[in-house]
Amino acid sequence: MLSTIFAILFYLATTVFIVGLVYRIRLYARTPAPLKIPTTPAPVTRQGVVLRMFKEVALFESLFKANKWTWLFGWVFHAAMLLVVLRHLRYFTEPVWIWVNWIQPFGKYAGFAMLAGLLALWGRRFLVERIRYISGPSDHLVLMLLIGIAASGLMMKYAVHTDIVALKAFTLGLIYFNWQPLPADPLLLVHLSLVLILMFIFPLSKLLHAPGVFFSPGRNQVDNPREKRHLAPWVTALETNRSKAGGEK
Amino acid sequence: MAGHDTIQINTLFEIPTLNPGVMKDSSPFVAAPAHQQALGFPGELVDDWQARAIEKFSELLKESRALQVYMDGCVKCGACTDKCHYFLGTGDPKNMPVARQDLLRKIYRRYFTFAGKYFPKLVGAEDLTKEVLDDWYSYFHQCSQCRRCSVYCPYGIDTAEISMAAREIMDHIGKGQKYCNEIIGKVHKIGNNLGLPEKALINTLEDLEEDIEDETGVAVRIPVNIKGADILLVTPSADFFAEPHIDGLIGYAKVFHAAGVSWTVSSYASEAANFAMFIGSQEQMKMLTDRIRKAAEDLGVKRIIFGECGHAWRVAYSFMNTLSGPFDFLDPNYPVPQHICEFTWDLIQKGELNLDKSKNDHMTLTFHDSCNVARGSRMGDSPGGQFEIPRAIIKAVCHSFVDMAADTIGEATFCCGGGGGLLTDDLMEIRTKGASPRMTALQEVVEEHGVTHMAAICAICKTQFAKIMPQYGIGMDRIVSLHQLVSNAIILDGQTGPHD
Repeated sequence: MLSTIFAILFYLATTVFIVGLVYRIRLYARTPAPLKIPTTPAPVTRQGVVLRMFKEVALFESLFKANKWTWLFGWVFHAAMLLVVLRHLRYFTEPVWIWVNWIQPFGKYAGFAMLAGLLALWGRRFLVERIRYISGPSDHLVLMLLIGIAASGLMMKYAVHTDIVALKAFTLGLIYFNWQPLPADPLLLVHLSLVLILMFIFPLSKLLHAPGVFFSPGRNQVDNPREKRHLAPWVTALETNRSKAGGEK
Repeated sequence: MAGHDTIQINTLFEIPTLNPGVMKDSSPFVAAPAHQQALGFPGELVDDWQARAIEKFSELLKESRALQVYMDGCVKCGACTDKCHYFLGTGDPKNMPVARQDLLRKIYRRYFTFAGKYFPKLVGAEDLTKEVLDDWYSYFHQCSQCRRCSVYCPYGIDTAEISMAAREIMDHIGKGQKYCNEIIGKVHKIGNNLGLPEKALINTLEDLEEDIEDETGVAVRIPVNIKGADILLVTPSADFFAEPHIDGLIGYAKVFHAAGVSWTVSSYASEAANFAMFIGSQEQMKMLTDRIRKAAEDLGVKRIIFGECGHAWRVAYSFMNTLSGPFDFLDPNYPVPQHICEFTWDLIQKGELNLDKSKNDHMTLTFHDSCNVARGSRMGDSPGGQFEIPRAIIKAVCHSFVDMAADTIGEATFCCGGGGGLLTDDLMEIRTKGASPRMTALQEVVEEHGVTHMAAICAICKTQFAKIMPQYGIGMDRIVSLHQLVSNAIILDGQTGPHD
């Protein structure tokens, strides 16, 4: 019964996560960017923009300029989470990919860095007056959710072990539609439930910053408005109408 | 200054403690029905303004990827919270960029997102009420759209785009700003922000020609409406009469004279400024850039050069080709448009200007990067040319130049406090307070390095500083046009004066 509920919830959550993100990304991609608005100085070539985006996404360059503490906590959290997520691929693959094995030693400890980063980020929301002012209930809840995921995961890894072999059978069963029982271990159920919530809210919340950053015109546009005419759909439409009207004369 | 005390400049840069609501009542005069209707907006607040506002908001979200992505993407990390000069000057938390954005974002959430429709309290979504509209009107007119916050945002969220959208929505429900909308109407009708008609413009410039000849002994011309001239100069109309702007105009005229090029001003397009950017209206912005295109076509010029004006350069550099291009009827050997600094720097590099730096020896200069030039445009071929070229010119015409603190110049430059359509007397309090970060940086180089003057390349910056600096105990003559320095140093053929 429990296994069935979780299996169904995981399918649902995956669907919401993927469909929601695809819908959002399509919306961003299809909405026109009528004017050239890169924050300058900006790269003057496409390759330059790729480098700028890489520095932004991988190193949080702008945040580094803004505030070193926020950068440190934020970057440590994100980098550690990436390692942790990649490490978790071992529970979804059989045989486990070789590079997933390579990062295992680092991924194991990255959970602590992730938790530390999250706690520091949460602390700012109480301790810094300006950040306290701008923090709403959802800002706290998202952090609590992530802290809950990290903490429950670490406890399973280092304190109260779960039956990891059975869990892997369950996840592989989900992938290959050959359902297997889920270990009814309270800590594991908490961990998985929080992950489910995260997947459900991802496309509906500020977590959209993850795909959104790639579509930010302030960062992804090439600074070349004089060299190459950037077209705005509404201006082009006007011009087409005008040339039509001119042609009929 | 009689009547009020000089504001003490604190040279220690401090982040203020929060002072909620302190600037709540700082809002500009509302546009009169005539000013609104001249731009095709409702004369006054319409009865069903909530519905119309949401409808317009929905349209804007569909038309602007920036707005859509910026509404979704903020994680409230707080990187921007101490970056806005209006927040630093007032301590009002709604002047923190993220909080300013949230005035619009909370409405976005309520009407356009699943979470905000069903769990409004949880995600900070709110109904569009009269109180919210009042906050919009106050706080979106306490943003100079300078983009400083966007430099520091990890997602590049640009509050300028958001305040433009908010103003566009307010215009469409009948709550426009008098200052901007009245001025845009004047450009449509007469051709410039001042409402200076052709005849008056010609007379003004003839007088100026006489002044230059009296002083230098050289007949430097400032031609108007000359068909077949090579260069059309489009400059802010403040250059025609205001101080220190007019000294910059004299500088351009001398540079053109020395270069031996034929050039002209157009009375039809006698305005570089494009206040339509401030109100976020692309349609209005295009109507104004179309005037420049038409003037260039009618006069048969080969090149377009813009005078010293910050947001005008952003519009000209970044938007004009999109809105009124292609400019394939102009000489393809030159960028369209060019900045006067690019033109002057080119001549200096070629050694074609006869310059005597010692003419500026009575001054120690610093340079104020104007926000729209710094973060919304470029000069020259490589990124950052907008910082290097003006400084290179100053160093070529002055012996003594000192930069202000690194985190207050270049891409980190502070707005003068009067940009974005705020350069109006009814917003004097926010203008004064918003200037304080720049005043702090200036005071530091005055005390440490004996800086006497600050040069700028923006008509708004110049007007703002000339008005605000006396309140901080700094003489209004301490702000100078960049081309005023060029004008001082340049020695024209046959020049006989001024006599030292």
